[in-house]
Amino acid sequence: MARSSDRDGGDATRASSAAAGADTGVTDTGLTDADATDVGGDPLRPSDHIDSVRPGPSDGAGITQPKLGPLGYLRFFWRQLTSMKTALFLLMLLAVAAIPGSLVPQRTSDPNGVVQYRTDHPDLFPVLDKLGVFDTYSSPWFSAVYLLLFISLIGCIIPRTRHHFEALRARPPKTPARLSRLAGYRSITLETAGGAGDDAITAARAVDAARAQLKRSGYRTQVFGDSVSAERGYLRETGNLVFHSALVGVLLTVGVGGGFGYSGQRVVVEGQTFSNVLGSYDSFNPGRWFDETQLSPFSIALDEFSTEYAPDTAGGAGMATDFTADVTAQARGGDAERTQIKVNSPLSIGGSNVYLLGNGYAVDVTVRDGEGNVAFRDTVPFLPQDTNLTSLGVIKVPDALPDQLGMIGFFYPTAADNGTGALTSTDPDTTNPVLSLNVYSGDLGLDAGVPTSVYTLDTDGLTPLAGTDDDAQEKAVQLTPGETATIPDGLGTITFDGVKRFASFDIHHDPSQVWVLLFAGLSFAGLLTALFVPRRRVWVKATETGDGVRLEYAGLARGEDPTLGRAVGDIAKAHLGGLGVPADVAREVADDPARHDVEKPGPAAEGRGRKI
Amino acid sequence: MVTADLAYYSLVAVYSAMAIYTISFVAFALDLAKRSGDAQQAAARAAKAEALATASVSRSAAGGSTVVLDRPSRGAGGAASASTGAPAKASSFERVAIAMMLLGFVVHVASVVLRGLAAGRVPWANMFEFSLTGTAIIVGVYLAVQLVVNLRFLGAYVMGLNLVLLAIGTVNYYVAVSPLPPALQSAWLVIHVFVAILGTAFFAIAAGLSAAQLVQTKREQSKLAGLRFLDTLPGAERLEDLAYRIALVGFVLWTFTLIAGAIWAERAWGRYWGWDTKEVWTFIIWVLYAGYIHARATRGWRGARSSWLSIIGFAAVMFNFSVVNVFFKGLHAYSGL
Repeated sequence: MARSSDRDGGDATRASSAAAGADTGVTDTGLTDADATDVGGDPLRPSDHIDSVRPGPSDGAGITQPKLGPLGYLRFFWRQLTSMKTALFLLMLLAVAAIPGSLVPQRTSDPNGVVQYRTDHPDLFPVLDKLGVFDTYSSPWFSAVYLLLFISLIGCIIPRTRHHFEALRARPPKTPARLSRLAGYRSITLETAGGAGDDAITAARAVDAARAQLKRSGYRTQVFGDSVSAERGYLRETGNLVFHSALVGVLLTVGVGGGFGYSGQRVVVEGQTFSNVLGSYDSFNPGRWFDETQLSPFSIALDEFSTEYAPDTAGGAGMATDFTADVTAQARGGDAERTQIKVNSPLSIGGSNVYLLGNGYAVDVTVRDGEGNVAFRDTVPFLPQDTNLTSLGVIKVPDALPDQLGMIGFFYPTAADNGTGALTSTDPDTTNPVLSLNVYSGDLGLDAGVPTSVYTLDTDGLTPLAGTDDDAQEKAVQLTPGETATIPDGLGTITFDGVKRFASFDIHHDPSQVWVLLFAGLSFAGLLTALFVPRRRVWVKATETGDGVRLEYAGLARGEDPTLGRAVGDIAKAHLGGLGVPADVAREVADDPARHDVEKPGPAAEGRGRKI
Repeated sequence: MVTADLAYYSLVAVYSAMAIYTISFVAFALDLAKRSGDAQQAAARAAKAEALATASVSRSAAGGSTVVLDRPSRGAGGAASASTGAPAKASSFERVAIAMMLLGFVVHVASVVLRGLAAGRVPWANMFEFSLTGTAIIVGVYLAVQLVVNLRFLGAYVMGLNLVLLAIGTVNYYVAVSPLPPALQSAWLVIHVFVAILGTAFFAIAAGLSAAQLVQTKREQSKLAGLRFLDTLPGAERLEDLAYRIALVGFVLWTFTLIAGAIWAERAWGRYWGWDTKEVWTFIIWVLYAGYIHARATRGWRGARSSWLSIIGFAAVMFNFSVVNVFFKGLHAYSGL
């Protein structure tokens, strides 16, 4: 990954670039003819990086390898792990390994889907479950792939960072002997015959001017006799290292930091108050290092929940367009504050965020038992089943005498006959609210000490009294708000007192997420720098010839650099302009080797050039 | 005007754009056919040019008595341009194709704008609108890239892809204008989705170039005798370079999409990452393109091998857009099919 920065060397010129790639530069003797074939690559890249030294023929097959000791094997595996091919393979494996998690429901994001899958595929489920497919992203095999990838990545970042620090202190390398072999090469001979005196263009003056000019454009420069050697774009490698290091940062903060947080859900009906203590959550997922004292004390009272619907005139009539939870929030030591929680607009309180993730109807019900006592009076949340909020809920009356009562009910905000005599809801708003209940009597099983969900009722062993069950004596009890119905067998009455809205809140606390964002931002900035800052070397050479001063310009790409040729041309133009060469001539020199990126200067190019 | 009227005019514009694009597509296809003939003639010309290559031209600059310009022949450069053999002038088919494409694009953009006006919001909140806006952006990006490099040979591919996507989106997934569900009411809808579509457009063009490169490679290895029009295309290496650079832009945009999506997910769903199906596929695509970039830097992988990754990456983008939207269950389900 860190390996990716300097990929290139497509054409002959750039392949030879690796020669100048001994970054320390000072010891570099420059490009000679021999260098062009003797490619001295970057020693700190994986050996199979495209810019690194190609293994010599002596490394090829047929050579008997020496026996490897334990350390030798370790080194061998390390080299394998940090090679480009392995990194590439692991990347591909990561992509493939992520696929199963999108094909089957995941326990973390869709637990009900997993339960459903078990029912739908009873034979396949145990096999897949053993493979950990329902927890793909925490499964050992998925973890193995990304951990190996990151180890391989770290094994690459460290040596390259060290190397880059050295390169940052190094001077640009000596000017190659034959610039004409390099990219964007152009030359011009300035005749000095006519212009004597102070204006005379000498090699020294040309070199000085070139140096000053390159310095101004952000190049690091070094004069070698009659030439300037300049290099720029160190930021490219810096960006590359930042990008990859930040990815490691993201992984670490997600992996470690996530353990310090928690998340929980709670349904709050209008008029109720939620306090942030463990016992008041409907469900709770603590992080690995969660501690109950982390729960910052605050409370949220749901004053009102309102929904806006699209007007009938527009498309999507009746669709909900806005949910608002008006709440009174109070952190410990703070004043109670009236505020709102909306979708896409969570409430931040006590270091936690409170999100509005769901809503529905809760029904106010009073049940009197056969002896006339109020056995139950409460507000029961009914869970929405469809977009028109047909809602399903359960009422358990363990205190009813002589028998406990249980009810499974449907609530229809806008009830209508669906044509078969059954009810359905045709609108999510409460224009014609109807509560329909199937009533059972018998032991609800609440005393056995086994935890049961408040949203389900096990009807096995219960006696159906009213409802769709064949044994029931009567049809389901149907009530509109304010109505009371009697329960068969003289077991009491049930009153539908009214409807309220409930809001389902998610409370999240994740101290690491700001760090994750920071690292993500860093990696993005690093990526931009690594991909779009060109790293290049440029040389300007001035030699006194019999005719005058011969100026040569050439560049060398270090990594992807599509505009190198143009850049050398621009430098030449500015340089010549500064020396007092007429603008049209300077422009012509700059424009001369058109389309440098496709051009491969061969030996024939040597003679190219101009005289003035 | 009323919403329904605006939406209707938008739809009329979509079908008009499709009709115009069809003409453009046919013209691009004819141009490719014509290129085969041109390539034959170019080969003959090249042979003649070889004989004249030694000629040198000299001229003296006007007014500059001390200035003598001497320009030796540019052997290397001349040969290079002959071998690419790109016709200096666009064929009439090509001109018609580009003109129709531009016209279609204008009508297409009008349709996008009308749809946005009808809905009173950004026109990319459901499957139909994604297709509508997405295809417009693909054409827009293609035309923009066209200003920098000559990619006219890719016109048939861009128009073909565009027509298929636009037609499927309009015919199968058209929905009446409806207001945004609360979950989509966020500034991130504008940013996240738009950048995702933009990234997709760059990936689409890169994939087309990679495909052209693969065929060109085969031809350069003389494994393909036919398809003479390939002679008028840039060489495989140049195609690879272009594909790579365009895919890089796509990759940067995709990275941004991923991060912006995570920020939005935190606001809307209370967690920045939850392995929702769409998140998973966005991640897979990101990893595939990261792999592509690394493959280009791996010895033995540059060239045809890495290009396959670019094509697979784009296939995954299309999969994410179509199959994942339609058949997979997840939080991104309100693409309002």
